[in-house]
Amino acid sequence: MAGWAGHRAGQHVDVRLTAEDGYQAQRSYSIASAPEDERLALTVERLEDGEVSPFLVDELRAGDRFELRGPIGGYFVWEAGSGPLLLAAGGSGIVPLMAMLRHRAAAGSNEGARLLYSARSFDDVIYREELARLSAADGGPQVAYTLTRERPDGWTGYDRRVDGAMLTEAFGPADPAGTAFVCGPTRFVETVADALVGLGHDPGRVKTERFGPTGG
Amino acid sequence: MDDGDLRLDGNAVGGLLGDVFGRETTTARGTCGSCGAVGEVATLVVYAHAPGTVLRCPACGAVLLRIVRDGERLWLDARGLRCLELRG
Repeated sequence: MAGWAGHRAGQHVDVRLTAEDGYQAQRSYSIASAPEDERLALTVERLEDGEVSPFLVDELRAGDRFELRGPIGGYFVWEAGSGPLLLAAGGSGIVPLMAMLRHRAAAGSNEGARLLYSARSFDDVIYREELARLSAADGGPQVAYTLTRERPDGWTGYDRRVDGAMLTEAFGPADPAGTAFVCGPTRFVETVADALVGLGHDPGRVKTERFGPTGG
Repeated sequence: MDDGDLRLDGNAVGGLLGDVFGRETTTARGTCGSCGAVGEVATLVVYAHAPGTVLRCPACGAVLLRIVRDGERLWLDARGLRCLELRG
């Protein structure tokens, strides 16, 4: 990638596609890889009525070229050494949080890390195996799931939308040294951020990133 | 889809703001001209689905920035913003 100066965990890029007739479409995608990784990875959720994501998922081939702008953002980022992580993901909002967990592992950080991940069903959980691997490792993150629509037989995780009681169990008491990162659809983000502040987390340390319908 | 689904935050327009200001802008601190609230641009409420992009104060809802782009031209209306402190 020409001119890429590296990124910080949590940043995103703008992807711009230009059609033969000059029509342009641009979308933002979070970077999934850790800064330490050799290759830059984006995770794209294919939206059925999307304009860009079906092309990226179905049509794009190795060697194809497209425009990428970034890395973008300096607010929703975490660097090893800056304190414990409290991560709340709604759906594909896991992507920038995954970059933080990958960075934490690659940097050998032993700062606390807890993830609460809300998905519709078990099949919708992205990075399932990698998260299982990370959390099983010594000093790995604590990972809790809630499945809001469908649950496999014998499911022992949460089975409802995220609420204050769930956040208290998953994150423990508010830690003044910790930073919460909340990413997902607008409603998810606002509900979780409000609940965290209500539970005594410092509003200045509850960082949010809303995914909107323009993500298609 | 109602208003709640269309509401984004300043992170989402970091690329566009980078074009306008020529630098990372989501960590810049803005002061609302209406209520005086101060906060990072990343925390502003953003509506980006219209032809233009509108950034509002999360505390009082006042419009702080409006950006409209048409090909090579770009308009910036910053009437609602009292001050923007860029860093770095």
